[in-house]
Amino acid sequence: MSALVRADWRAEPAASPAGRLQALAPELRLVLAAAFALVTVLLGQIPQLLAALALAGLLAVLARLPLARTLRRMLALDGFMLPLLLVLPLSVPGVPVARFGPFALSVEGLAEAARILLTANATVLAVLALAGTIEPARFGHACQRLRLPAKLVTLLLFTVRYIAVLQQEYRRLRQAMRARAFRASGSRHSWRSFGHLFGMLLVKSFERAERVTAAMRCRGFTGRYYWPEAPPLTASDWRFGLLLGLATALLLASEALA
Amino acid sequence: MAHIPDGVLSAPVLIGGGLLAAGLVTVGVKRLGEAQIPQTAVLAAVFFVASLVHIPVGPTSVHPLLNGLMGLVLGWAAVPAILVALLLQAAFFGFGGLTTLGVNCCNIAVPALAVALLLGPRLRIQQDRRRAFLIGLAAGLLGVGLTALMVCAALALSGPAYVPALGLVLLSYGPLALVEAVVTAAATGLLCQVKPEIFAPAHG
Repeated sequence: MSALVRADWRAEPAASPAGRLQALAPELRLVLAAAFALVTVLLGQIPQLLAALALAGLLAVLARLPLARTLRRMLALDGFMLPLLLVLPLSVPGVPVARFGPFALSVEGLAEAARILLTANATVLAVLALAGTIEPARFGHACQRLRLPAKLVTLLLFTVRYIAVLQQEYRRLRQAMRARAFRASGSRHSWRSFGHLFGMLLVKSFERAERVTAAMRCRGFTGRYYWPEAPPLTASDWRFGLLLGLATALLLASEALA
Repeated sequence: MAHIPDGVLSAPVLIGGGLLAAGLVTVGVKRLGEAQIPQTAVLAAVFFVASLVHIPVGPTSVHPLLNGLMGLVLGWAAVPAILVALLLQAAFFGFGGLTTLGVNCCNIAVPALAVALLLGPRLRIQQDRRRAFLIGLAAGLLGVGLTALMVCAALALSGPAYVPALGLVLLSYGPLALVEAVVTAAATGLLCQVKPEIFAPAHG
Protein backbone atom coordinates (compact mmCIF):
# COMPACT_ATOMS: atom_id res chain seq x y z
CA MET A 1 0.00 0.00 0.00
CA SER A 2 2.85 2.40 0.66
CA ALA A 3 3.83 2.50 -3.03
CA LEU A 4 0.26 3.46 -3.80
CA VAL A 5 0.38 6.19 -1.23
CA ARG A 6 3.54 7.61 -2.73
CA ALA A 7 2.26 7.44 -6.31
CA ASP A 8 1.12 11.01 -6.71
CA TRP A 9 -0.09 11.87 -10.19
CA ARG A 10 0.14 15.58 -9.68
CA ALA A 11 3.80 15.33 -10.63
CA GLU A 12 4.63 17.44 -7.62
CA PRO A 13 4.82 16.41 -4.00
CA ALA A 14 1.45 16.19 -2.24
CA ALA A 15 0.63 19.41 -0.42
CA SER A 16 3.14 19.94 2.35
CA PRO A 17 2.32 17.71 5.31
CA ALA A 18 3.16 20.63 7.57
CA GLY A 19 -0.36 22.10 7.13
CA ARG A 20 -2.52 21.80 10.24
CA LEU A 21 -5.44 20.28 8.28
CA GLN A 22 -3.34 17.39 7.02
CA ALA A 23 -3.06 15.98 10.54
CA LEU A 24 -6.83 15.39 10.74
CA ALA A 25 -8.63 12.15 9.84
CA PRO A 26 -9.32 11.98 6.08
CA GLU A 27 -12.88 10.69 6.49
CA LEU A 28 -13.66 13.65 8.74
CA ARG A 29 -12.24 16.04 6.13
CA LEU A 30 -14.35 14.45 3.38
CA VAL A 31 -17.53 14.80 5.43
CA LEU A 32 -16.69 18.40 6.30
CA ALA A 33 -15.97 19.23 2.65
CA ALA A 34 -19.36 17.83 1.61
CA ALA A 35 -21.11 19.66 4.47
CA PHE A 36 -19.39 22.94 3.58
CA ALA A 37 -20.41 22.60 -0.08
CA LEU A 38 -23.99 21.82 0.86
CA VAL A 39 -24.30 24.77 3.25
CA THR A 40 -22.66 27.22 0.83
CA VAL A 41 -25.01 26.19 -1.97
CA LEU A 42 -27.95 26.89 0.36
CA LEU A 43 -26.74 30.44 1.15
CA GLY A 44 -28.32 33.25 -0.85
CA GLN A 45 -27.20 36.52 0.76
CA ILE A 46 -24.03 38.23 -0.41
CA PRO A 47 -22.65 38.97 3.13
CA GLN A 48 -23.08 35.34 4.18
CA LEU A 49 -21.40 34.16 0.98
CA LEU A 50 -18.51 36.54 1.60
CA ALA A 51 -18.19 35.06 5.09
CA ALA A 52 -18.18 31.55 3.58
CA LEU A 53 -15.44 32.60 1.16
CA ALA A 54 -13.41 34.00 4.06
CA LEU A 55 -13.89 30.74 5.98
CA ALA A 56 -12.73 28.79 2.92
CA GLY A 57 -9.72 31.08 2.68
CA LEU A 58 -8.89 30.32 6.30
CA LEU A 59 -9.10 26.59 5.55
CA ALA A 60 -6.78 27.07 2.56
CA VAL A 61 -4.26 28.83 4.81
CA LEU A 62 -4.52 26.05 7.41
CA ALA A 63 -3.96 23.45 4.67
CA ARG A 64 -1.07 25.55 3.24
CA LEU A 65 -2.43 25.30 -0.28
CA PRO A 66 0.12 26.56 -2.82
CA LEU A 67 -1.10 30.04 -3.78
CA ALA A 68 -0.34 30.12 -7.52
CA ARG A 69 -1.72 26.68 -8.33
CA THR A 70 -4.89 27.25 -6.31
CA LEU A 71 -5.56 30.62 -7.94
CA ARG A 72 -5.02 29.03 -11.37
CA ARG A 73 -7.65 26.40 -10.61
CA MET A 74 -10.13 29.00 -9.38
CA LEU A 75 -9.56 31.08 -12.52
CA ALA A 76 -10.19 28.02 -14.71
CA LEU A 77 -13.46 27.52 -12.87
CA ASP A 78 -14.47 31.16 -13.38
CA GLY A 79 -13.59 30.88 -17.06
CA PHE A 80 -15.98 27.98 -17.41
CA MET A 81 -18.82 30.05 -15.94
CA LEU A 82 -18.05 33.17 -17.99
CA PRO A 83 -20.89 32.82 -20.54
CA LEU A 84 -23.41 32.38 -17.72
CA LEU A 85 -22.02 35.26 -15.67
CA LEU A 86 -22.05 37.61 -18.67
CA VAL A 87 -25.61 36.80 -19.67
CA LEU A 88 -27.25 36.88 -16.21
CA PRO A 89 -27.12 40.69 -15.64
CA LEU A 90 -28.86 41.09 -19.02
CA SER A 91 -31.41 38.32 -18.72
CA VAL A 92 -32.66 38.69 -15.14
CA PRO A 93 -35.47 41.25 -15.11
CA GLY A 94 -35.23 44.04 -12.55
CA VAL A 95 -34.12 47.60 -11.88
CA PRO A 96 -31.76 48.68 -14.69
CA VAL A 97 -28.44 50.27 -13.71
CA ALA A 98 -27.03 50.77 -17.19
CA ARG A 99 -28.22 50.50 -20.76
CA PHE A 100 -26.44 49.32 -23.91
CA GLY A 101 -28.85 49.94 -26.78
CA PRO A 102 -31.70 47.47 -26.32
CA PHE A 103 -29.98 45.70 -23.39
CA ALA A 104 -30.22 46.73 -19.74
CA LEU A 105 -28.03 45.54 -16.88
CA SER A 106 -30.25 44.82 -13.88
CA VAL A 107 -29.26 45.06 -10.22
CA GLU A 108 -30.89 41.68 -9.56
CA GLY A 109 -28.95 40.09 -12.42
CA LEU A 110 -25.63 41.46 -11.17
CA ALA A 111 -26.43 40.18 -7.68
CA GLU A 112 -27.28 36.75 -9.08
CA ALA A 113 -24.00 36.59 -11.01
CA ALA A 114 -22.10 37.65 -7.88
CA ARG A 115 -23.88 34.97 -5.83
CA ILE A 116 -22.91 32.23 -8.27
CA LEU A 117 -19.33 33.44 -8.50
CA LEU A 118 -18.96 33.57 -4.71
CA THR A 119 -20.61 30.17 -4.13
CA ALA A 120 -18.49 28.39 -6.71
CA ASN A 121 -15.22 29.91 -5.54
CA ALA A 122 -15.87 29.46 -1.81
CA THR A 123 -16.80 25.81 -2.34
CA VAL A 124 -13.91 24.94 -4.58
CA LEU A 125 -11.43 26.56 -2.20
CA ALA A 126 -12.83 24.65 0.80
CA VAL A 127 -12.93 21.35 -1.12
CA LEU A 128 -9.34 21.74 -2.33
CA ALA A 129 -8.23 22.57 1.22
CA LEU A 130 -10.16 19.79 2.98
CA ALA A 131 -10.35 16.96 0.43
CA GLY A 132 -7.69 17.84 -2.14
CA THR A 133 -4.90 17.52 0.43
CA ILE A 134 -5.75 13.91 1.32
CA GLU A 135 -3.20 11.42 0.01
CA PRO A 136 -4.87 9.64 -2.93
CA ALA A 137 -4.76 6.15 -1.40
CA ARG A 138 -6.01 7.36 1.98
CA PHE A 139 -8.81 9.05 0.06
CA GLY A 140 -9.96 5.55 -0.97
CA HIS A 141 -9.78 4.28 2.60
CA ALA A 142 -11.75 7.28 3.80
CA CYS A 143 -14.46 6.46 1.22
CA GLN A 144 -14.54 2.89 2.53
CA ARG A 145 -15.01 4.13 6.12
CA LEU A 146 -17.87 6.29 4.89
CA ARG A 147 -19.59 3.06 3.74
CA LEU A 148 -19.25 3.47 0.00
CA PRO A 149 -19.81 0.10 -1.77
CA ALA A 150 -16.66 -2.06 -1.60
CA LYS A 151 -16.50 -2.52 -5.38
CA LEU A 152 -16.65 1.22 -5.93
CA VAL A 153 -13.83 1.80 -3.42
CA THR A 154 -11.71 -0.92 -5.04
CA LEU A 155 -12.34 0.74 -8.40
CA LEU A 156 -11.29 4.09 -6.93
CA LEU A 157 -8.06 2.68 -5.50
CA PHE A 158 -7.17 1.02 -8.82
CA THR A 159 -8.01 4.25 -10.66
CA VAL A 160 -5.74 6.28 -8.40
CA ARG A 161 -2.93 3.86 -9.11
CA TYR A 162 -3.52 3.76 -12.86
CA ILE A 163 -3.69 7.54 -13.18
CA ALA A 164 -0.06 7.66 -12.08
CA VAL A 165 0.88 4.79 -14.42
CA LEU A 166 -1.01 6.21 -17.39
CA GLN A 167 0.45 9.64 -16.97
CA GLN A 168 3.95 8.19 -17.22
CA GLU A 169 2.92 6.08 -20.20
CA TYR A 170 1.32 9.14 -21.82
CA ARG A 171 4.52 11.12 -21.44
CA ARG A 172 6.54 8.27 -22.94
CA LEU A 173 4.26 8.05 -25.98
CA ARG A 174 4.25 11.83 -26.44
CA GLN A 175 8.04 11.81 -26.31
CA ALA A 176 8.16 9.05 -28.94
CA MET A 177 5.87 11.18 -31.12
CA ARG A 178 8.04 14.23 -30.60
CA ALA A 179 11.06 12.22 -31.64
CA ARG A 180 9.22 11.63 -34.94
CA ALA A 181 8.72 15.39 -35.33
CA PHE A 182 5.05 15.42 -34.24
CA ARG A 183 3.79 18.82 -33.17
CA ALA A 184 0.28 19.29 -31.80
CA SER A 185 -1.69 21.57 -34.11
CA GLY A 186 -5.29 22.10 -35.10
CA SER A 187 -5.11 19.78 -38.11
CA ARG A 188 -7.03 16.57 -38.72
CA HIS A 189 -3.75 14.68 -38.83
CA SER A 190 -2.89 15.95 -35.38
CA TRP A 191 -6.30 14.98 -33.95
CA ARG A 192 -6.04 11.50 -35.46
CA SER A 193 -2.60 11.13 -33.93
CA PHE A 194 -4.10 11.97 -30.53
CA GLY A 195 -6.74 9.31 -31.19
CA HIS A 196 -4.04 6.76 -31.92
CA LEU A 197 -2.20 7.93 -28.83
CA PHE A 198 -5.24 7.26 -26.61
CA GLY A 199 -5.83 3.95 -28.40
CA MET A 200 -2.25 2.83 -27.73
CA LEU A 201 -2.53 4.03 -24.15
CA LEU A 202 -5.58 1.77 -23.75
CA VAL A 203 -3.94 -1.25 -25.39
CA LYS A 204 -0.83 -1.02 -23.25
CA SER A 205 -2.72 -0.29 -20.02
CA PHE A 206 -5.28 -3.05 -20.58
CA GLU A 207 -2.53 -5.59 -21.07
CA ARG A 208 -0.81 -4.30 -17.97
CA ALA A 209 -4.09 -4.55 -16.03
CA GLU A 210 -4.51 -8.15 -17.19
CA ARG A 211 -1.00 -9.04 -16.02
CA VAL A 212 -1.50 -7.28 -12.69
CA THR A 213 -4.85 -8.98 -12.06
CA ALA A 214 -3.36 -12.40 -12.89
CA ALA A 215 -0.46 -11.77 -10.52
CA MET A 216 -2.78 -10.56 -7.76
CA ARG A 217 -5.00 -13.64 -8.18
CA CYS A 218 -1.94 -15.85 -7.81
CA ARG A 219 -1.46 -14.23 -4.41
CA GLY A 220 -5.04 -14.84 -3.36
CA PHE A 221 -6.73 -11.58 -4.39
CA THR A 222 -10.44 -12.24 -4.81
CA GLY A 223 -11.42 -8.79 -6.00
CA ARG A 224 -11.58 -7.31 -2.51
CA TYR A 225 -8.98 -5.59 -0.38
CA TYR A 226 -8.52 -6.01 3.32
CA TRP A 227 -9.00 -2.52 4.64
CA PRO A 228 -6.58 -1.14 7.20
CA GLU A 229 -8.14 -0.69 10.63
CA ALA A 230 -9.50 2.83 11.05
CA PRO A 231 -7.92 4.70 13.95
CA PRO A 232 -10.61 6.37 16.09
CA LEU A 233 -11.05 10.14 15.79
CA THR A 234 -8.67 12.04 18.06
CA ALA A 235 -9.47 14.95 20.33
CA SER A 236 -8.17 17.45 17.78
CA ASP A 237 -10.34 15.81 15.09
CA TRP A 238 -13.40 16.36 17.28
CA ARG A 239 -12.37 19.91 18.16
CA PHE A 240 -11.87 20.91 14.52
CA GLY A 241 -15.02 19.14 13.34
CA LEU A 242 -17.13 20.86 16.00
CA LEU A 243 -15.61 24.28 15.29
CA LEU A 244 -16.17 24.08 11.54
CA GLY A 245 -19.61 22.58 12.06
CA LEU A 246 -20.49 25.46 14.38
CA ALA A 247 -19.19 28.04 11.90
CA THR A 248 -21.25 26.64 9.02
CA ALA A 249 -24.31 26.30 11.27
CA LEU A 250 -23.92 29.99 12.18
CA LEU A 251 -23.78 30.91 8.50
CA LEU A 252 -26.93 28.93 7.85
CA ALA A 253 -28.73 30.43 10.87
CA SER A 254 -27.86 34.01 9.91
CA GLU A 255 -29.11 33.23 6.40
CA ALA A 256 -32.41 31.94 7.74
CA LEU A 257 -32.86 35.00 10.01
CA ALA A 258 -31.93 37.55 7.34
CA MET B 1 -16.27 21.61 -20.04
CA ALA B 2 -18.99 19.28 -18.88
CA HIS B 3 -18.08 19.95 -15.26
CA ILE B 4 -20.75 22.24 -13.78
CA PRO B 5 -19.49 23.94 -10.59
CA ASP B 6 -21.36 24.34 -7.29
CA GLY B 7 -23.86 27.17 -7.03
CA VAL B 8 -25.04 27.22 -10.64
CA LEU B 9 -27.91 24.74 -10.53
CA SER B 10 -31.16 24.87 -8.55
CA ALA B 11 -31.99 22.44 -5.75
CA PRO B 12 -34.58 20.36 -7.67
CA VAL B 13 -32.11 19.78 -10.52
CA LEU B 14 -29.35 18.83 -8.05
CA ILE B 15 -31.62 16.38 -6.22
CA GLY B 16 -33.03 14.90 -9.42
CA GLY B 17 -29.57 14.48 -10.90
CA GLY B 18 -28.28 12.97 -7.66
CA LEU B 19 -31.09 10.42 -7.52
CA LEU B 20 -30.73 9.45 -11.18
CA ALA B 21 -26.96 9.11 -10.78
CA ALA B 22 -27.39 6.99 -7.64
CA GLY B 23 -29.74 4.66 -9.53
CA LEU B 24 -27.45 4.36 -12.54
CA VAL B 25 -24.37 3.80 -10.39
CA THR B 26 -26.17 1.10 -8.37
CA VAL B 27 -27.01 -0.78 -11.56
CA GLY B 28 -23.51 -0.21 -12.94
CA VAL B 29 -21.81 -1.46 -9.77
CA LYS B 30 -24.10 -4.50 -9.59
CA ARG B 31 -23.18 -5.44 -13.16
CA LEU B 32 -19.48 -4.82 -12.58
CA GLY B 33 -17.75 -8.15 -12.12
CA GLU B 34 -14.90 -8.10 -9.63
CA ALA B 35 -12.51 -9.41 -12.28
CA GLN B 36 -13.47 -6.45 -14.46
CA ILE B 37 -12.45 -3.80 -11.94
CA PRO B 38 -8.83 -3.30 -13.11
CA GLN B 39 -9.85 -2.76 -16.75
CA THR B 40 -12.63 -0.41 -15.69
CA ALA B 41 -10.11 1.53 -13.61
CA VAL B 42 -7.86 1.85 -16.67
CA LEU B 43 -10.67 3.59 -18.55
CA ALA B 44 -11.46 5.82 -15.58
CA ALA B 45 -7.79 6.78 -15.47
CA VAL B 46 -7.74 7.45 -19.25
CA PHE B 47 -10.77 9.73 -18.80
CA PHE B 48 -8.94 11.55 -16.00
CA VAL B 49 -5.64 11.90 -17.86
CA ALA B 50 -7.39 12.99 -21.09
CA SER B 51 -8.94 15.91 -19.23
CA LEU B 52 -5.42 17.24 -18.63
CA VAL B 53 -4.44 17.04 -22.33
CA HIS B 54 -4.80 20.15 -24.48
CA ILE B 55 -5.63 19.48 -28.12
CA PRO B 56 -5.38 22.62 -30.25
CA VAL B 57 -8.37 23.70 -32.36
CA GLY B 58 -7.95 26.93 -34.28
CA PRO B 59 -7.03 29.66 -31.78
CA THR B 60 -8.10 27.70 -28.67
CA SER B 61 -7.68 24.19 -27.32
CA VAL B 62 -9.98 21.53 -25.87
CA HIS B 63 -9.72 18.62 -23.47
CA PRO B 64 -11.18 15.42 -24.89
CA LEU B 65 -14.12 13.99 -22.93
CA LEU B 66 -13.91 10.39 -24.22
CA ASN B 67 -17.31 9.35 -22.84
CA GLY B 68 -18.24 7.85 -26.22
CA LEU B 69 -15.12 5.69 -26.21
CA MET B 70 -15.81 4.63 -22.61
CA GLY B 71 -19.32 3.58 -23.58
CA LEU B 72 -17.99 1.51 -26.49
CA VAL B 73 -15.38 -0.28 -24.40
CA LEU B 74 -17.09 -0.59 -21.01
CA GLY B 75 -20.85 -0.66 -21.52
CA TRP B 76 -22.57 -0.29 -18.13
CA ALA B 77 -19.25 -0.26 -16.29
CA ALA B 78 -18.71 3.22 -17.76
CA VAL B 79 -21.08 4.65 -15.11
CA PRO B 80 -19.06 3.78 -11.98
CA ALA B 81 -15.85 4.60 -13.87
CA ILE B 82 -17.12 8.09 -14.69
CA LEU B 83 -18.36 8.64 -11.12
CA VAL B 84 -14.98 7.72 -9.64
CA ALA B 85 -13.08 9.90 -12.11
CA LEU B 86 -15.41 12.86 -11.45
CA LEU B 87 -15.05 12.45 -7.68
CA LEU B 88 -11.26 12.51 -7.97
CA GLN B 89 -11.36 15.51 -10.31
CA ALA B 90 -13.67 17.44 -7.99
CA ALA B 91 -11.61 16.69 -4.90
CA PHE B 92 -8.11 17.15 -6.29
CA PHE B 93 -8.48 19.68 -9.10
CA GLY B 94 -11.70 21.50 -8.28
CA PHE B 95 -13.13 20.47 -11.71
CA GLY B 96 -16.87 20.40 -11.15
CA GLY B 97 -18.53 20.67 -7.78
CA LEU B 98 -19.38 18.24 -5.00
CA THR B 99 -23.10 19.02 -4.88
CA THR B 100 -23.24 18.82 -8.69
CA LEU B 101 -21.50 15.42 -8.75
CA GLY B 102 -24.76 13.59 -9.48
CA VAL B 103 -25.82 15.91 -12.30
CA ASN B 104 -22.35 15.90 -13.86
CA CYS B 105 -22.20 12.12 -13.62
CA CYS B 106 -25.55 11.83 -15.44
CA ASN B 107 -24.51 14.39 -18.08
CA ILE B 108 -21.43 12.35 -18.98
CA ALA B 109 -22.54 8.78 -18.21
CA VAL B 110 -25.97 8.78 -19.87
CA PRO B 111 -24.45 9.62 -23.29
CA ALA B 112 -21.85 6.88 -22.67
CA LEU B 113 -24.70 4.42 -22.03
CA ALA B 114 -26.51 5.62 -25.15
CA VAL B 115 -23.36 4.95 -27.18
CA ALA B 116 -22.98 1.53 -25.55
CA LEU B 117 -26.56 0.51 -26.35
CA LEU B 118 -26.83 2.03 -29.86
CA LEU B 119 -23.34 1.58 -31.27
CA GLY B 120 -21.72 -1.08 -29.06
CA PRO B 121 -23.47 -4.09 -30.65
CA ARG B 122 -22.56 -2.92 -34.17
CA LEU B 123 -18.90 -2.83 -33.32
CA ARG B 124 -18.68 -6.35 -31.98
CA ILE B 125 -19.78 -8.21 -35.08
CA GLN B 126 -17.33 -6.70 -37.54
CA GLN B 127 -13.60 -6.08 -37.61
CA ASP B 128 -13.28 -3.85 -40.70
CA ARG B 129 -11.17 -0.87 -39.69
CA ARG B 130 -12.98 1.59 -41.95
CA ARG B 131 -16.38 0.75 -40.42
CA ALA B 132 -14.89 0.83 -36.94
CA PHE B 133 -13.58 4.32 -37.75
CA LEU B 134 -17.07 5.45 -38.76
CA ILE B 135 -18.68 3.95 -35.67
CA GLY B 136 -16.06 5.71 -33.55
CA LEU B 137 -16.87 8.96 -35.34
CA ALA B 138 -20.55 8.51 -34.48
CA ALA B 139 -19.69 7.56 -30.88
CA GLY B 140 -17.60 10.71 -30.40
CA LEU B 141 -20.30 12.95 -31.86
CA LEU B 142 -23.11 11.28 -29.93
CA GLY B 143 -21.17 11.34 -26.65
CA VAL B 144 -20.31 15.04 -26.78
CA GLY B 145 -23.56 16.10 -28.45
CA LEU B 146 -25.77 14.43 -25.86
CA THR B 147 -23.60 15.77 -23.03
CA ALA B 148 -23.94 19.30 -24.43
CA LEU B 149 -27.72 18.93 -24.65
CA MET B 150 -27.95 17.55 -21.11
CA VAL B 151 -25.81 20.39 -19.71
CA CYS B 152 -28.13 22.86 -21.44
CA ALA B 153 -31.18 21.03 -20.09
CA ALA B 154 -29.80 21.14 -16.53
CA LEU B 155 -29.18 24.89 -16.89
CA ALA B 156 -32.57 25.61 -18.47
CA LEU B 157 -34.40 23.65 -15.76
CA SER B 158 -32.48 25.59 -13.09
CA GLY B 159 -33.72 29.00 -14.15
CA PRO B 160 -35.16 30.87 -17.12
CA ALA B 161 -32.40 33.47 -16.74
CA TYR B 162 -29.89 30.96 -18.13
CA VAL B 163 -31.84 30.38 -21.35
CA PRO B 164 -30.26 33.28 -23.31
CA ALA B 165 -26.80 31.84 -22.47
CA LEU B 166 -27.57 28.38 -23.83
CA GLY B 167 -26.66 29.33 -27.39
CA LEU B 168 -23.20 30.36 -26.21
CA VAL B 169 -22.84 27.17 -24.15
CA LEU B 170 -23.83 24.97 -27.10
CA LEU B 171 -21.49 26.89 -29.38
CA SER B 172 -18.60 26.27 -26.98
CA TYR B 173 -19.10 22.52 -27.46
CA GLY B 174 -18.66 22.79 -31.25
CA PRO B 175 -14.86 22.56 -31.35
CA LEU B 176 -14.91 19.75 -28.76
CA ALA B 177 -17.43 17.72 -30.80
CA LEU B 178 -15.24 18.06 -33.90
CA VAL B 179 -12.03 16.96 -32.14
CA GLU B 180 -13.75 14.28 -30.10
CA ALA B 181 -15.27 12.67 -33.20
CA VAL B 182 -11.90 12.40 -34.95
CA VAL B 183 -10.05 11.28 -31.80
CA THR B 184 -12.65 8.62 -30.90
CA ALA B 185 -12.78 7.42 -34.52
CA ALA B 186 -9.00 7.03 -34.74
CA ALA B 187 -8.83 5.30 -31.35
CA THR B 188 -11.68 2.92 -32.22
CA GLY B 189 -10.13 2.09 -35.59
CA LEU B 190 -6.79 1.35 -33.99
CA LEU B 191 -8.31 -0.75 -31.19
CA CYS B 192 -10.36 -2.78 -33.67
CA GLN B 193 -7.23 -3.66 -35.56
CA VAL B 194 -4.80 -4.17 -32.68
CA LYS B 195 -6.97 -5.47 -29.83
CA PRO B 196 -10.55 -6.15 -30.99
CA GLU B 197 -11.34 -8.24 -27.90
CA ILE B 198 -11.21 -5.03 -25.85
CA PHE B 199 -14.77 -4.28 -26.97
CA ALA B 200 -16.26 -7.72 -26.43
CA PRO B 201 -16.09 -8.94 -22.84
CA ALA B 202 -17.11 -5.86 -20.92
CA HIS B 203 -20.57 -5.56 -22.43
CA GLY B 204 -23.54 -7.20 -20.86
